[in-house]
Amino acid sequence: MDEDVFKALADPTRRRILDGLVERDGQTLFEICSRLLTGPGPALSRQAVSQHLAVLESAGLVHARRQGRYKYHDLDTAPLERVMTRWIGPETTESTP
Amino acid sequence: MRINLTSVFVDDQLKALAFYTDVLGFRQKNKVAVGEDWWLTVVSPEDPEGTELLLEPDGHPAVKPYKAALVEDGIPAAAFAVDDVAAEFERLRGLGVYFTQEPLQMDDVTVAVLDDTCGNLIQIMHTA
Repeated sequence: MDEDVFKALADPTRRRILDGLVERDGQTLFEICSRLLTGPGPALSRQAVSQHLAVLESAGLVHARRQGRYKYHDLDTAPLERVMTRWIGPETTESTP
Repeated sequence: MRINLTSVFVDDQLKALAFYTDVLGFRQKNKVAVGEDWWLTVVSPEDPEGTELLLEPDGHPAVKPYKAALVEDGIPAAAFAVDDVAAEFERLRGLGVYFTQEPLQMDDVTVAVLDDTCGNLIQIMHTA
């Protein structure tokens, strides 16, 4: 599971998709593609973006949600917290020994 | 060669006429009975002799699943130019129009995507 998260984050385009979802959660595939047309990095075909999204979804970083006739994509940072606390430890309250 | 006619497939032509005129602000140009359907076009009031948009019946069996797949992914069937996407977004939202994509500015282009209530998404855009 952690392996999937590291693999997903290794790609700059996938990191840009997450950046976009931080700006506005709940995006259609079309909006995700539109946002990748500007800024750094290459503009990608819709098929390439779909493949990147599939990697993010399998890592649990993005969830697709059907709402009526539309499909929206939401960011989920829980897997990031899990992989980070592996080294830096969870937030703990100060306790006096 | 010129582009003088383009079309969107709609699930109900008269409902579509109402939406494209009363809500979006286009003007009816041609309405000719074709059996139980119509040859039905609208134009922009800013360019009444310009490109016509044909509101075409979507009865062909291949069309509905095609439209549904595009809508699911948020992909517009057509794109129209407006003066100010943010102002148009507020105006249309006030009329109850649903947007799958709220205004998004990318460099000098601003876009938004709305549901035409007839089975399509429409992108509106302006360039700064």
